[in-house]
Amino acid sequence: MKSKSLGRIEALLLSLSLLALVVIAIVTLSGRFWWLPPLASEHGRQIDFLFTTTLVITGAVFILVQLLLAFLVFRYSGSKERKAIYFTENKTLELAWTIIPATILTILIFFGGRLWSKIQLSEPPKDAFKVEVWGEQFRWTFRYPGKDGKFGRVDLKLISVENPLGIDKNDPASKDDIFFFAGEENMRIPVNKPVIVYLRSKDVIHSFYVPHFRVKQDAVPGMITRTWFVPTEKGEFEYACAELCGLGHYMMRGVIVVDDEEKVQQWLSEQLTVADVLP
Amino acid sequence: MVHQEPKSFWTKYIFSQDAKIIGIQYLITAFVMGFLGMVLSWLMRLQLGWSGKQFPWLGKLMPQAFEGGVMKPEFYLASVTIHGTIMVFFFLTAGLIGCFANFLIPLQIGARDMAFPFVNMLSYWFFFASCLVLIASFLAPGGPAGAGWTMYPPLSSVKEALPGSGWGTTLWLIAMALFIVSTTMGSLNYITTVLNLRTKGMTMGRLPLTVWALLITSFLGLFSFPVLFAGAVMLLLDRHLGTSFFTPYIVLAEKHIPHEGGLPLLWQHLFWYLGHPEVYIVILPAMGIVSEVISTHARKPIFGYKVMVLSMCAIAFLSFIVWGHHMFVSGMNPWLGTAFMTTTLIIAVPSAIKTFNWLATLWGANIQFRTPMLFAIGFISTFVTGGLTGIFLGNPPVDIMLHDTYFVVAHFHMVMGTAALFALYAGVYHWFPKMFGRMMNEKLGKLHFWLTFIGAYAVFFPMHFLGFMGVPRRYYAFDQFQFIPQLPVNNINVFISVAAFAVGIAQLIFAINFVWSAFRGPKADRNPWKANTLEWQAPSPPPHGNWGEELPVVYRWPYDYSVPGADEDFIPQTIPAVPAKVSGVEGKKEGDGKEDGSKA
Repeated sequence: MKSKSLGRIEALLLSLSLLALVVIAIVTLSGRFWWLPPLASEHGRQIDFLFTTTLVITGAVFILVQLLLAFLVFRYSGSKERKAIYFTENKTLELAWTIIPATILTILIFFGGRLWSKIQLSEPPKDAFKVEVWGEQFRWTFRYPGKDGKFGRVDLKLISVENPLGIDKNDPASKDDIFFFAGEENMRIPVNKPVIVYLRSKDVIHSFYVPHFRVKQDAVPGMITRTWFVPTEKGEFEYACAELCGLGHYMMRGVIVVDDEEKVQQWLSEQLTVADVLP
Repeated sequence: MVHQEPKSFWTKYIFSQDAKIIGIQYLITAFVMGFLGMVLSWLMRLQLGWSGKQFPWLGKLMPQAFEGGVMKPEFYLASVTIHGTIMVFFFLTAGLIGCFANFLIPLQIGARDMAFPFVNMLSYWFFFASCLVLIASFLAPGGPAGAGWTMYPPLSSVKEALPGSGWGTTLWLIAMALFIVSTTMGSLNYITTVLNLRTKGMTMGRLPLTVWALLITSFLGLFSFPVLFAGAVMLLLDRHLGTSFFTPYIVLAEKHIPHEGGLPLLWQHLFWYLGHPEVYIVILPAMGIVSEVISTHARKPIFGYKVMVLSMCAIAFLSFIVWGHHMFVSGMNPWLGTAFMTTTLIIAVPSAIKTFNWLATLWGANIQFRTPMLFAIGFISTFVTGGLTGIFLGNPPVDIMLHDTYFVVAHFHMVMGTAALFALYAGVYHWFPKMFGRMMNEKLGKLHFWLTFIGAYAVFFPMHFLGFMGVPRRYYAFDQFQFIPQLPVNNINVFISVAAFAVGIAQLIFAINFVWSAFRGPKADRNPWKANTLEWQAPSPPPHGNWGEELPVVYRWPYDYSVPGADEDFIPQTIPAVPAKVSGVEGKKEGDGKEDGSKA
């Protein structure tokens, strides 16, 4: 009989620890002590909403299942007087826990797919502000297309100390491009206007990660990737590298300055162009 | 077909062709590798909890890794890489499949050994060789590979990109290639054995869920691992023979590297084509073990046997077409993102079915709280916690935010780390009496469970919050960015590190229990848990050839626990079906149901 009461205590401990897990999860999550970085982009609002919705749904399932497990463990702890029931299947029950999760997931797939196509599949507006961001070990640099709105041709084989991005200065579209040496300047973009970021890498894979904008897109050598967003707050925002790129990965930091469009254009007009720098 | 009984120590225990011994060899090798993986995680936690602090004794112990007592970034990245590689392949895959497929398949289907005992021995020794090559990479100039267990080129393909991308990466690739040869030989053997060597009466519908899980896993491994083998060979060619499969023309710190036209994304596709099935290669055997352990110790038939098998098949099938969810922000065509999101979230359905079936198995049960059962219950809890966070990451807009943050680290450590580990422990505690003929110590086993259960949650649950705050993974330190709130992140990291050391020490309790019990534990009966499957009808430990003169004959499914009207609360598979009693209508119905089940 001693072992029986011991089993009872273990059942109680197991149930209580599962209960404690649920309580800790509810308190820490609903308290929002450690939460997302403040939001500063348009599409980020919808991402945050989908995130919160997913959190509420999965949180409810988490609470339900852990509590059910706690209950079952406590209620059906072993006893010599009793035999387990012989219960091998039940079509209705199994159908229920197939259809209910499937329905919930279909809803999430629907909303996720809709938002994904808005962020990634839709074409950005024609008049969007363009900037090209380059990753290299372990810093960022960037280029603006200039007045013509077109980036000139680049070729990595042309890269040299004077020409860090390998810009082909003979391409007419290059002439008015504006580029910076790594660490020379902070990137500037306009507020409340669609911004397209084209991403390139000189060496290994990097990832352009702007936590406040809910933006993350890999920069892959040998190809150009793209992401676009609308910043909604003025100020300085950090961007980081989110794809392991080597020893200095953890300090590959950049700063984006979001300002009124006139000020950004004003600043751009003060910069030297390719025609000035690479005669 | 059955080889001669070995007489010498060498042929019996070292170059053994007996699946049972090979299973134990896999288990012990996996634990040794797992210990190494755990030590690496301790070193990482030391750096993450107390970044920049000097540990002079570590500097003395490992002068090249800890210059002046502070961990160097290259050693941090090497630890990240080798910890991941070891835990995924050399610990969990080898431990869950190498051990349990070898030990359980012949015993549970009533065979004398594997179909190809020599290939089986070869499979283990290829695994052993791959372990040695991986460990040898610690001696390579520049240290072990450091590009992460995903080994993305060009970081991994160009030696100038990272100190570990020299010989360390070459050895890593060779180790993986050897490992894949090993798993491929193993898979072929497991599949052939299950399909051809089942004893009389052991129809597919009467297979224990462990065997089903291991069979399905073997198919998964057979169809996915060779793709990574091809990838590894191509990466070796890029590195040493100047090809450009994955490496485009790049400029590394002013130095022009003359590759041309390679596609870094191609590697990611090849890698994740194995990499994602791999997590199911680990979790499916875990599910099989847990089903078996729960049913036995709850003294109740597993609920929904057929649906359990079908959902494992569904998971295995879907796992081949979800790999792109690792690549939502990689530059892959975003249309593919939509497709991979759909398949990824659908895979949650069979997982949910399995979870609720386990819960239904517990409903009305008579749960015996022995150590294996505690770990099986721990598996359900951690599998649910870790599985649910997959729903965030499978949804690409949410993944944009959480990708490559600590949320991902929390997710996979919970679901394929902790849950799979718990299943491994459940299996070891459950089958230890059969492996060694001795019982493990229950008190130490339970202490091990409690410390590991609470500790694992303490380590991995707070990582979700680091992910919410946007803290990126694979960072050597977090002090360079203002968006990372320094004080809370540091506090959480210290908390996690302390918990990680405690959990690690708790595993030593297991090691002591394991070794001590194997030699000094009380002798085990044939069937200490009163279980139904065939292995419990053989002596503990089973002799060479398992069954003596006559092979066992199977008359029923393996889950006849607590059958109404039966004298005992279990009926082994070898007991013939009793003609139904006239009065016991209910009993007759159940008996008939099982006959039907066996034809399925």
